[in-house]
Amino acid sequence: MVQFTLPKNSKIRTGKTWPRPAGSNVRKVQIYRWDPDTGENPRVDSYFVDMDSCGPMVLDALIKIKNEIDPTLTFRRSCREGICGSCAMNIDGINTLACIYGMDEVKGDVKIYPLPHMPVVKDLIPDLTHFYAQHASIMPWLETKTNRPAKEWRQSIEDRKKLDGLYECVMCASCSTACPSYWWNSDRYLGPAALLHAYRWIIDSRDEATPERLDQLEDPFKLYRCHTIMNCTKTCPKGLNPAKAIAEIKKMMVERVV
Amino acid sequence: MRYLTDRKRAVGKGSAHAGTEHHWYMQASGVGLAVLVPIAVIAFGRAFGGGHEAVLAFFARPFVAIVSGLTLFVAMRHFARGATMMIEDYARGTTRKGLIIAALSLSYAVTATGLFALARIAL
Repeated sequence: MVQFTLPKNSKIRTGKTWPRPAGSNVRKVQIYRWDPDTGENPRVDSYFVDMDSCGPMVLDALIKIKNEIDPTLTFRRSCREGICGSCAMNIDGINTLACIYGMDEVKGDVKIYPLPHMPVVKDLIPDLTHFYAQHASIMPWLETKTNRPAKEWRQSIEDRKKLDGLYECVMCASCSTACPSYWWNSDRYLGPAALLHAYRWIIDSRDEATPERLDQLEDPFKLYRCHTIMNCTKTCPKGLNPAKAIAEIKKMMVERVV
Repeated sequence: MRYLTDRKRAVGKGSAHAGTEHHWYMQASGVGLAVLVPIAVIAFGRAFGGGHEAVLAFFARPFVAIVSGLTLFVAMRHFARGATMMIEDYARGTTRKGLIIAALSLSYAVTATGLFALARIAL
C-alpha cells in the first residue's frame, strides 16, 4: 500500500552544523546522513564549503567535505565525468549525477539526499540490488539463433543509428527513482531504466530474440505500470528519453495484436 | 525475511502475457470518448431548461438515445479499467481485490441503470 509518511525510524532530524570557514565565497551544503551501525534516525548535517578552493561540481564539494571536514561522509563516485553513473543522488530535489551537476546550478543552500524511495545502505548510498537484478532480468545482451558468422554480426548505418539515445544509459537509476510508479510498485514494475535497456536490445537489428523479449515484457506490471508521467525523461542526467523507449515498446506490443 | 536470490525476486512469477489488450482498449475508448462526449454534452445542453415532456421527447429521439447510451457504456467501461489500474497502483492484497470488485460493480450498476432509463424513455 502506498505510504504518505515516513516510518518512525526513517524520520529525519536536524544534525550537526560544522564550523563556517572564513571567506566571502562560502556555500552551505546540507547532506542526509544515516549510519545503520548507530541505530539512530537519519539526520541532515550542515557543512560550509569555501568555493574559492573547491572545484565547480557538486561532487567536488562532496570530495572536499570528505577530505577536509568530515571523513565519515559516505558516497559512491568513480569516473567524475558522467560515464560510470556511480554518484547519482538527489541534489536540490533533482535526481542527477553529482559529477556533472554544477554548484552554480543550485540557488541557495545545496541540499543533497540519496536517490528517493530506495533502501539506504549508508549516507548517500542507496541499495541498488533489486534495480540491477531487474536489469539482468531483461537479458541485456545480444541473443542470436543463427550460426555465428565468420567475421562479425553486420549492422547497417541506419540500424546502428536506432541505438543512439539508448546505448548511452549508464544505469545511474536517476530515472527509475524519479518515477512514482516505480516508487509504489518497484517489486513488479521494471522501471524506466530497465525498460530503456530492454528496448535497446529489442530494436537491435542483430538481436534475434525480439518475440521472446516482448513476451517477457507483456505484463500489466512489468511494462504497463508506466503512465507516461515523464519524470524519467525530465531527470535523466544524460539527456535520454526512457519514456519514448517505453512508448515504442508499447507500440510494438499493439502492433502484435492489432 | 525470505531467502530469495535477487534475480528470483526481480523476476517474480514471470510475465502474465496480458496488458496489451487493456492498453489498446484505453487508447481506442479514449479516442471514442473524445468524439462522443462533446456530442453528448451538446445534446444535453439543447435539452437543458426544457420542460419534463420536452426532455422526454428529446431523449426519445433515436440519435440522442443512441449517442447517450453509447457514451454511458463506453465511459463506464473506460472508468472501470482506469479505476482498476489506479487501484492496482496504490492498493495491495485483499484491499486491492476488494476495491477492484467494487469499481467494476459500480461501473456495471451505473451502465445498467442508465441504459434501462434510456430504454424506458426511448422505447
